[in-house]
This record gives sequence, structure tokens and C-alpha cells, in this order.
Amino acid sequence: MLRIPCPVCGVRDYTEFLYGGDASKRRPAHEASGLQTWHDYVFLFDNVKGAHREFWQHVVGCRQWLIVDRDTATNRVAGSRLARTETSAYEDRDR
Amino acid sequence: MVIIGGGGHGLATAYYLAANHGINNVAVLERAYIGSGNVGRNTTIVRSNYAINGNTQFFEYSLKLWEGLSEALNFNVMLSQRGQIVLGHSPLQIDVLARKGNTMRLNGIDAELLDRGQVMRLLPYLDYSTEARFPILGGLLQRRAGTARHDAVAWGYARAADSYGVDIIEQCEVTGLVIQNGRVSAVDTSRGRLSAGRVGLAVAGHSSHVAAMAGLRLPIESHLLQAFVSEPIKPFVDHVISYGAEFFYISQSDKGGLVFGGHIDGFNSYTQRGQFPKVQSVAESAVALMPSISRLRLLRHWAGIQDMTPDGSPFICRTPVRDLYLNGGWCYQGFKATPAAGWCFAHTIAHDEEHALNRCYNLERFERGQELDEDGVGNWTYKQ
Repeated sequence: MLRIPCPVCGVRDYTEFLYGGDASKRRPAHEASGLQTWHDYVFLFDNVKGAHREFWQHVVGCRQWLIVDRDTATNRVAGSRLARTETSAYEDRDR
Repeated sequence: MVIIGGGGHGLATAYYLAANHGINNVAVLERAYIGSGNVGRNTTIVRSNYAINGNTQFFEYSLKLWEGLSEALNFNVMLSQRGQIVLGHSPLQIDVLARKGNTMRLNGIDAELLDRGQVMRLLPYLDYSTEARFPILGGLLQRRAGTARHDAVAWGYARAADSYGVDIIEQCEVTGLVIQNGRVSAVDTSRGRLSAGRVGLAVAGHSSHVAAMAGLRLPIESHLLQAFVSEPIKPFVDHVISYGAEFFYISQSDKGGLVFGGHIDGFNSYTQRGQFPKVQSVAESAVALMPSISRLRLLRHWAGIQDMTPDGSPFICRTPVRDLYLNGGWCYQGFKATPAAGWCFAHTIAHDEEHALNRCYNLERFERGQELDEDGVGNWTYKQ
């Protein structure tokens, strides 16, 4: 069983979480134009075999979005933190 | 030419390159041993009940190749056309099945819409009681569908390709692709460098991983799909049955074990090990459909890694790198596609151009709005 450490609730089974996909992807600015930009954002994935930064939401716990470091080749989880600490940094930069 | 991946698709490609196109200077590179990946990890179902133009013709061509495969390869792949029934549990679902059946028949494919009584006669052991979790209102039967012996497919193609002079190199992992002036010229492996005129990727599960060696990003995520075998019992399930209410499909092997599977685990992974909660949800589907098997014990379960694509359809195509070709993105349907995928991929590599049968399976279809959305529910269905 994949177990995810939640910074708020502690270590829990992954079934308590909703998977949110690759967290290293950056959504293009809302007003960005260009088919290629949005195509690449929506459809293309690095899909790495190894260290992967990804979103999970603790839906049946604290409901916080987390960023989890998981190795996709082994499912070993290296750590997690609240996503807002990193995503708000993106938003500040894009502003 | 170099084919990366000694699974069903890679070996079939090598065979058709030699048999159809007279190209036998081919090396098939396999990281482990042939047939160690998804060709030996599926639930062995073959069928051609597809409703989207492109898919319908491709998978029917594949089923036709299946029907002549034992003879063509002189190797018994034990094709068993026992019939597959997709169950419908609501009037709307029956309408969808009727439409699919009509599409199939218009394409010359056998399909029969069954009402509840006909399903009860064919499959008397399902739950038809008022207690059933989902009522069974009918089903769509394809009599020519069935199962094949999956390992024999790998061995049969390997032996036939080998007899044409194809080199099959096991324990040879590809570690890099040499690209010069936008063209692939060689393959680096754990056993040295191999120069190549053309290179075909047939490594579904690892397509992104290998394509990244050529600097390509693909519309693919790797996910786990688990399959299960019960302890052997006397002949009981004569057909292949697909539950319409959940992702669940079941048949009985010649050894007597019930072979069944469900949906993907839900997060991308290359581990080839399934998660336990999925064992429970698949077992729940099994018992909801067939209460009589509730006390059967599971003998084995395992996981295969599969390329999941946005629209659930595959790629057999050229890539932005010259002389590099892709066969991947098979989602749940790689095994039944094996003969046609090899046939079409060999054509694509030999002619540097897609055949009419696989022209729809290109990498540009998302930009062009030409998705092959078989389920009709939009992109990345498994994320919804």
C-alpha cells in the first residue's frame, strides 16, 4: 500500500487522497495564446521513471493540497509539503 | 533496422518486416527476455467491437489476422473464439450497445444484440435477482471474439521472425538514442552501440521513457493495470464477459482458473506491482456480477505498465525525429491489437509512411481535433 505523509494529519493510506498529477507542470498564463502552448500543457507529459513531484489532495482528511515527492520506479515517497507554499510562489512570479 | 522491445508488438513488427516487406536485416532489442512485459501480463482477450471510425477497421483487421495466425506462424496460438458479451445495465446503455453493434455490422463485423432473456440463457450464473447491484438488461455479443494463448503469441512471432533471419537480442537494454541532424542514426545499449537506418519503438509502458532519449515528450502517462487468476475450477464460464457497470472482464482459462481484471490503479507508476485497494474493488465487481464465485481463492495477481493516452487510442506513426517510429499508447488494448499493430508498424517503417489502417493513430491528432475518443467522454477519461 502506498502511504503518503500528510504534513497536517500524519502518514495515511493513499486511498484517502485524490491524485492531482504532475506538479512540475506550469499552467500557461490565463491570457496566453497559441495552440501549441495549450496543447503542450494539456496533452504532453514528461512521465518520468524516477523522481516525480506531484499533487495529492487529502480529501478525507484535512482537504489540503499537497506536493509529494515520489519515485515512480519504486513508489518510495521522499517527502511532502503543503502545495500552497509552492504554488503561491508561482502565482507571485506570474503576476 | 532496429526494433526496441521484444514483446508481442516488437516481435510481430519484425516478423511482418521480413514476411511482408522482404526486410530481414532487423535486430529486436529486449531489455529482459522476450515476452516478459505486457504480452504476458494481459487477460488474453481478443475482440473487434469498436465504434469509432478508424478503431473499428483496425481492430477488425487485427481479428482477421488472429484467425489465420496459427497457420501463418505454424505455431498454435490457441485462439478460442468463444464469444464476448458486453453487458448493458440501463436502457441508455442498451441504446449505446445497439449503436455500436450497428456500426460493427455496417463494417461487416459480427454483432448480436441480446435481450435479458437471451443473456440469461447464455450466462445463467450471473446475478439476475432483485438484489443485483446493477440489473442486467441485455448485452452485445461478438461470437468471433474470444481469447488466445498470450505467451504463444510472443513465441510464435519470435520463431517465425527468427526463421527469416531476424536477430532477437535479449538482456540488451537501450540506454540512449543517437540523433544527428534531426535523424536517428544509432542506438546505445547495455551491450554497446548499434548503428541503425531506422528505429522502431515498441515498448508500450515505457514509451515516454525511451522517447525521451530522443528528446521527445509524448501525450502518454504510464499506469498500472492489474490482472488476477483464481484457483482452477471445472468448466464454468464459457465466454468472455465484460461488466457494463464497472471496469471488469472475466473469462476462464484452459487450466480452469478464472482470469479477470479491472481498471488502472489511479496514479502513474512504473513499478509493475499493483496496489491492494484495487484487488478489493475488482473482487467486489466480480461478486456483484457472479455471487457464486465469492468463495474462490485468488491464485495470483500482477500488474502491467501501460501507456495511457488522452483519448484512449494508440500511436502507430512517424515521429518528429526522422527514421524514428513509434508504436505505443495502447491503454487497455495492446494484446488484441498485436497482429495488426505489427503489420501496420512494419508497413510504416518500411515505407516511411502510415498505412490507411493506422493513419488515424498519429501524434498530431490532438492539435487537429481528431481524437479517437472511443468512450465518448472527452480527454483523459481516467482522470475524470
